Amino acid sequence: MSDAVLSLADVQLTLDGNTGPVEILRGITLDVARGETLGLVGPSGSGKSSLLMVMGGLERATGGRVMALGNDLTALSEDALARVRRSHMGVVFQSFHLIPTMTALENVATPLELAGHADAFERAAEELAAVGLGKRLEHYPSELSGGEQQRVALARAAAPRPAILLADEPTGNLDGTTGQAIMDLLFGLNERHGSTLVLVTHAPDLAARCDRTIRLEDGHLARRAEAAE
Amino acid sequence: MPAGPRRRNDATMSPAIRIARRELRAGFARGLRGFRVFLACLALGIAAIAAVGSVRTAITEGLSREGATLLGGDASVEFTYRFADAAERAALDDLGTVSERVEFRSMVVVPGPEGTDRALTEVKGVDTAYPLYGAVQLDPPGPLADAFAGETPGAVMDPVLADRLGLGIGDTFRLGEATFRLAARIETEPDDAGGGFGLGPRTLVRTADLDGSGLIAPGTLYETEYGVLLPPGTDLDAAQADLAAALPEGGYRWRDRRDGAPGIRRFVERLSAFLVLVGLSGLTVGGIGVASAVRAHMVEKTATVATLKTLGATSRTIFTAFALQIGAVTLLATVLGLALGAALPILASPILAERLPVPAAISVYPRPLAEAALYGALAAALFTLWPLAKAQDIRAAALFREAGGLPAGLPRRGYLAATAALLVLLVGTAAMLSGIPLLTLYTTGGLLLSFVALLGAAWITRRLARRAARARWLRGRTALRTALGAVGGPGGEAGAVVLSLGLGLTVLAAVGQIDANLRAAIERDLPDRAPAFFMVDIQPDQIDRFKEIVDTDPAVETARAAPMLRGILTQINGQDATEVAGDHWVLRGDRGVTYSDAPPPDTKITAGEWWPSDYEGENLVSFASEEAEELGLELGDRLTLNVLGRDIEARISSFREVDFSTAGIGFVMSMNPAALTGAPHSWIATVYAPPEAEARLLREVTEAFPNVTAIGVRDAIERVSGILSGVAAAITYGAGATLVTGAVVLIGAAAAGTRARIYEAAILKTVGASRGTILAGFALRWVILGLAAGLVAAAAGAAAGWGVSVYIMETEFRFAPVSALAIVLGGIALTLAAGLAFAWAPLAARPAGILRARD
Repeated sequence: MSDAVLSLADVQLTLDGNTGPVEILRGITLDVARGETLGLVGPSGSGKSSLLMVMGGLERATGGRVMALGNDLTALSEDALARVRRSHMGVVFQSFHLIPTMTALENVATPLELAGHADAFERAAEELAAVGLGKRLEHYPSELSGGEQQRVALARAAAPRPAILLADEPTGNLDGTTGQAIMDLLFGLNERHGSTLVLVTHAPDLAARCDRTIRLEDGHLARRAEAAE
Repeated sequence: MPAGPRRRNDATMSPAIRIARRELRAGFARGLRGFRVFLACLALGIAAIAAVGSVRTAITEGLSREGATLLGGDASVEFTYRFADAAERAALDDLGTVSERVEFRSMVVVPGPEGTDRALTEVKGVDTAYPLYGAVQLDPPGPLADAFAGETPGAVMDPVLADRLGLGIGDTFRLGEATFRLAARIETEPDDAGGGFGLGPRTLVRTADLDGSGLIAPGTLYETEYGVLLPPGTDLDAAQADLAAALPEGGYRWRDRRDGAPGIRRFVERLSAFLVLVGLSGLTVGGIGVASAVRAHMVEKTATVATLKTLGATSRTIFTAFALQIGAVTLLATVLGLALGAALPILASPILAERLPVPAAISVYPRPLAEAALYGALAAALFTLWPLAKAQDIRAAALFREAGGLPAGLPRRGYLAATAALLVLLVGTAAMLSGIPLLTLYTTGGLLLSFVALLGAAWITRRLARRAARARWLRGRTALRTALGAVGGPGGEAGAVVLSLGLGLTVLAAVGQIDANLRAAIERDLPDRAPAFFMVDIQPDQIDRFKEIVDTDPAVETARAAPMLRGILTQINGQDATEVAGDHWVLRGDRGVTYSDAPPPDTKITAGEWWPSDYEGENLVSFASEEAEELGLELGDRLTLNVLGRDIEARISSFREVDFSTAGIGFVMSMNPAALTGAPHSWIATVYAPPEAEARLLREVTEAFPNVTAIGVRDAIERVSGILSGVAAAITYGAGATLVTGAVVLIGAAAAGTRARIYEAAILKTVGASRGTILAGFALRWVILGLAAGLVAAAAGAAAGWGVSVYIMETEFRFAPVSALAIVLGGIALTLAAGLAFAWAPLAARPAGILRARD
């Protein structure tokens, strides 16, 4: 795919387990196009989250090559990877992962600050307002509900207008209604800003909303499944 | 059933014990990971107190074992400014073998081709029976009797003095009008430590050889002591009673081997009691570490507690189970601390033997160890009660909530009361065991105030940091903002760090401020006002000539002279003085008394009137106003003064201001001349002269009056400064131990926060922060905490320094900026070092693994 923002070639990931090396990803080759929404599905332990982490440079592949927006993530240093993420990637986790010692506003402003935006706080406030948290700017994560925390995490991921949004079971810790609202926001971002969205999920209905779905089994790509439409 | 309550107890106790045992088993399996700071803090605090107590006991024991040697006999009877008369000597001889010693200060004069050299010495004249116990070790070795023999009488001398005067073996020198030959240098003197701190090094001579020296005359300042070697099996109390019966008039001071060196014993007891107080502040710092550790432990156990509650455990069972667990760890810490505290003095015994001026019987003593264990147990209970009490309030619903942490608010009322009771018990125990209850109460009060101030400072630091983190000017400075956010945000380590480090630094800062002010007072104030010399033992027939010499000398700025007698204030209005006025320095031993027809120049009478010239009525006395107020004296009160065994009664006719801090002539009591007529006495003079004229003046005066002793004020101040430096050093070491405990708490806090920082670093990396930015954020937060602790400590130290300077030393207080700056920078350096030591793991961690583990 010529317009690929993410391009993986024979990606391997082997981690040290208690009983020896464990092969997590076994030769994944995959392209993700600009503006595409891609669902990653599969049973627990199949390597979905690990694949997402490798795409975000949060985990270094032990074999193969990972290209993101023209950068070879397998060849970059830790700090260079951080710089790629701060400008081009947003990550949303199942457990939100907000910095507990920062308010909602500060959490969202941090990637913007790191990217050198002078108006980081203004943009962060707008972003929080956009996810319906305009009145919760000064609250610490411990003072917010799970749904609110995930909205902050979403605002933080979306604030730098990243080309790539990576979401790891973002509704896994939320009830159905709240989860639905979060997914609407996530897909809304993709539509409004044209971000590429890679989504790890166990939920078939969420996977069905994606342009394309890939199933992983035991570290391999099992089959390609085009989206419903 | 009648055994209802017991059954309820059993129902709580047995599951509690089982839970405690399982928890302990799990704790030991993890190498007591969560309890290492707890163990270190408590063990260190207990060890410090045990070590100080053990050394104190060793010295007291050493003094008691060597009592007879230090005293120079099984018993010693002391007379002031006179020898025992025939009846007294006969009574002493009836007790056993007697050795007579006389001690006084004098000048060693060495004539030489390049001029005459002089130095102050403490002379001891002895008889042939000396020493009754032990031996004088000489260099070159030989019997003391041989050293004294010869046509020119022999003398032995402290090597320091001989070296200063350039005296070799066989060289001659003068004491007063008598000439002596240096026969040997003194290596050890058995009864040297008993006399307290002398102003000059020792010269030892045969008393008989002092005849004709003109140094021992009625009215000169000397003391005589009669050591008595009692027949074996003599009861000391019976011997004392026998002497009292034989000499019903009294006029002597009895001491015996049971307390051979009371001055040194008291000094050691005071200093070590003070060091125990410093140790207690160390234990308080450790207590903060203990409390933090237990709190962290209980937070970690939230799920366990909630699960147990879900399964039906009561709050009481939870409390008992974890209290038992903490109790077991406390026991382990106590054993470790006691072992360390007992071992330290034994390991350090070679150094102690060399440094201590007295023999110390270093051994393992149960009493100081028991005291340290008691302090440790009370402190552990005090500091763990609160987090334990809060933990039992954890609700089962905590299982379903995400946020960890103990319930907010105060613990139940019963625990608050128990906390207060434990605090009172700890302070009361310290007051009782230290032997200095008032100082203990002040110290613990100061500690409590510092504690509250530091709690306030921690709170303010967090508020300020939280506010600053949101400041507009900080936007874009991510590292600083994350640092401020970490300090001010929820769950930070600000409280533990500011408290533990702050308290340790406060003690050091207070010592620093007091020490700096004391030195400044000595260096700055005294030389402006103090005389160059005190001249003592000027005989009445020499005083006119003496005045003529100093008054006509152009270098002498001022010279003042006054007659001086020594007397003991024994009674106030016919009653025992100490019973009326308590323990006051004026009543301790003999005081200088003078007489004068008219008030000296610049005298300010605050009440009453001076007697008229040539007054010959009832004896009158003018008393120093400040001391009179402290003693509760009023105009018209009758005082009884024992001067050389004779009781003189006088009525207080006036009070006057006397400033003892100027180092000039200051007498608490001045009487009308007729009151002291006939009492043998000498004159004392102060001579004010510039330093460059001191040597010449000393030469002229001592050549004209060989019996006169000149005490150089500068030398005396140097000796006092030296002693103060030693005391300050001992306290600084004690405060250093407190700081070590503070550092352990700090390291504990840094280590405990590592997990949180690894997580934080993983998120920051995910959103694009470089390792440099993350490291800068970590470093800045430690700098902020160190700065806060240092600033508060410097301020609290200055407050303590101000209090001690103004109210105890009665000098002006000046803030010592260098000491304060050192405290602040030291605080920053310590926190930074501790924090950065644990920075590697967060920086090195891969975000994926960390974040996935939390999902």
